[in-house]
Amino acid sequence: MPKSLNIVSANCGKVTPGNVEEYVRAGGYESLKKALSMQPRAIVDEVVASGLRGRGGAAFSTGSKWAHLLEVRENPKYIVCNADEGEPGTFKDKLLLEKDPLCVIEGMTIAGRVFDSHDGYIYIRGEYRSIQHSFQKAIDNAVAAGYLGNNILGSGFNFHLHIMTGAGAYVCGENSALLNSIEGKVGRPRIKPPHLAEVGLFQMPTLVNNVETFACIAPILRMGGEAFHAIGTAESGGTKLVCLSGHSARRGVYEVPFGVSLRDIIFDPELGGGIAGGKELKFFHLGGLSGSIGCPAQLDTPYSYECLVRTGLSVGSGAVVVADESVCVVDYLKGVLEFFLHESCGKCIPCQKGIRQMYTIICKLSEGKATQEDMCLLKELACMVTNVSFCGLGQTSARALMSAWKHFEPEFAAHLNKQCPAGVCKL
Amino acid sequence: MTVQPGQCNCAAESFTERDVVAIVEKYGREQDQLLAMLLDIQEASGSSCVLREWAAIVAREIGLPLSKVFEVLTFYSMFSTEPRGRYLVEICKSAPCKMCKSDEVVAMFEKELGIKLGKTTPDKLFTLMHTSCVGACDIGPVAKIGEDVYGDLTPEKVSEIVNSYREKN
Repeated sequence: MPKSLNIVSANCGKVTPGNVEEYVRAGGYESLKKALSMQPRAIVDEVVASGLRGRGGAAFSTGSKWAHLLEVRENPKYIVCNADEGEPGTFKDKLLLEKDPLCVIEGMTIAGRVFDSHDGYIYIRGEYRSIQHSFQKAIDNAVAAGYLGNNILGSGFNFHLHIMTGAGAYVCGENSALLNSIEGKVGRPRIKPPHLAEVGLFQMPTLVNNVETFACIAPILRMGGEAFHAIGTAESGGTKLVCLSGHSARRGVYEVPFGVSLRDIIFDPELGGGIAGGKELKFFHLGGLSGSIGCPAQLDTPYSYECLVRTGLSVGSGAVVVADESVCVVDYLKGVLEFFLHESCGKCIPCQKGIRQMYTIICKLSEGKATQEDMCLLKELACMVTNVSFCGLGQTSARALMSAWKHFEPEFAAHLNKQCPAGVCKL
Repeated sequence: MTVQPGQCNCAAESFTERDVVAIVEKYGREQDQLLAMLLDIQEASGSSCVLREWAAIVAREIGLPLSKVFEVLTFYSMFSTEPRGRYLVEICKSAPCKMCKSDEVVAMFEKELGIKLGKTTPDKLFTLMHTSCVGACDIGPVAKIGEDVYGDLTPEKVSEIVNSYREKN
């Protein structure tokens, strides 16, 4: 089995970004042409067969999402691309938006065709301001070449794409919060049900998918859903863009087929290349700060949705933050909780207050001032925040803490005794 | 001297009601374009902020209560209602950058700019601040200035970067 592939990222670095002529020469827009001659149901069947799951982090079956929306009769429907890539350690959507915007546009256009939608929105985070400009040029080029806008390729199908900007709010990565933000409102999540496929953007049925998910659509139609699925494993079709950061020797984005091992991703000379400076791996943080922390003993786990979940890990956004032995777990978690504290939208009390209390205790621990009672309270808080928070932000905010605690209990205990084994915390 | 909350900023004074209205009109007075309008105002103001009076103009022009505009302004972390430097120097403090010693980058900028984190230079050109992940973890620790992201920083590089912005003014 190859350890890296170029399926979704095939054009990145090979085609001038946003250049329609070059994109078409590289096989681009073949899938849209195919889609225009197919029945919507047949396109959805290919997506179902591909085993594609949401690449933003939630890993929901894309085929099921599309099939559900296809049943909804109300119109108009909206196509929304979530390009609010804010999960720390994640920069793979940026690669696609920058290097191959037309592949994302093609995927959205095919979705537009499936649901007979005439308007699509791509919500690009405010921090990617320059990408908003380059993406707009790609849209303009696609319109000028007849692949977007009115009467696409003479088919009579109209699809218009609009860029919307974020302004610095991690919670907007949550689908319903994102829709509120597109409407020009505060980006707080909505109560569900109703499902977004029924009541979404401007109260109309809406499809929300991640950038990488849309970028998979053209390759799926080109090679066929089953062939795409066959690249990966039983429950994880296709490939995944993974982002290596932290103390990885070769930080960057790599496309891997599902099923390679974590060891391959972190240590293979053509992927992560091991730990920078020849140090030892201490832990890795998968899927962004909302994911779990793993230890070296888990390195032989295959990278797939089903295998990772069995060991308490997750694919999440595809982030792989690598930490060497110089990192103190408690100090690291302080940073993680500080992030969630800053990003909590304040809508629900468990998240708003619970994260603050967890952060306070972890700070005490890093100062050598925490007691055994504090640790009991910390566990209780983590459980509460996970189980009763309103949205995914709060529900996942204690994952790193709980997984790290399991693997590095002695290091937590040392801090209770005013010792930091890594020599980072000032006790 | 650093800019204190509420204190007026010269750059902000040259930005007028007419400029605000022009930006609102550019977006067709659409309420769903509020974020884009406010970001544009902030960028064009020269003081990286949306003053209360500008927010009031936006509210009036697009037909929203001022409280709704203010709710948006104070919710999203890229906005400020207090004047800041023309250029925001934002140092990423998220985990991947932090473990690659982003604290040292803060110290480099503090030294080069002669100000502490969270402050604005006396010439009102730079405000030094922290930010959450900007999606450039492959070159961390990173600093973002306006639309530009700089990675793998050294004191020499920091000095060079800061000077390039000084020369623009």
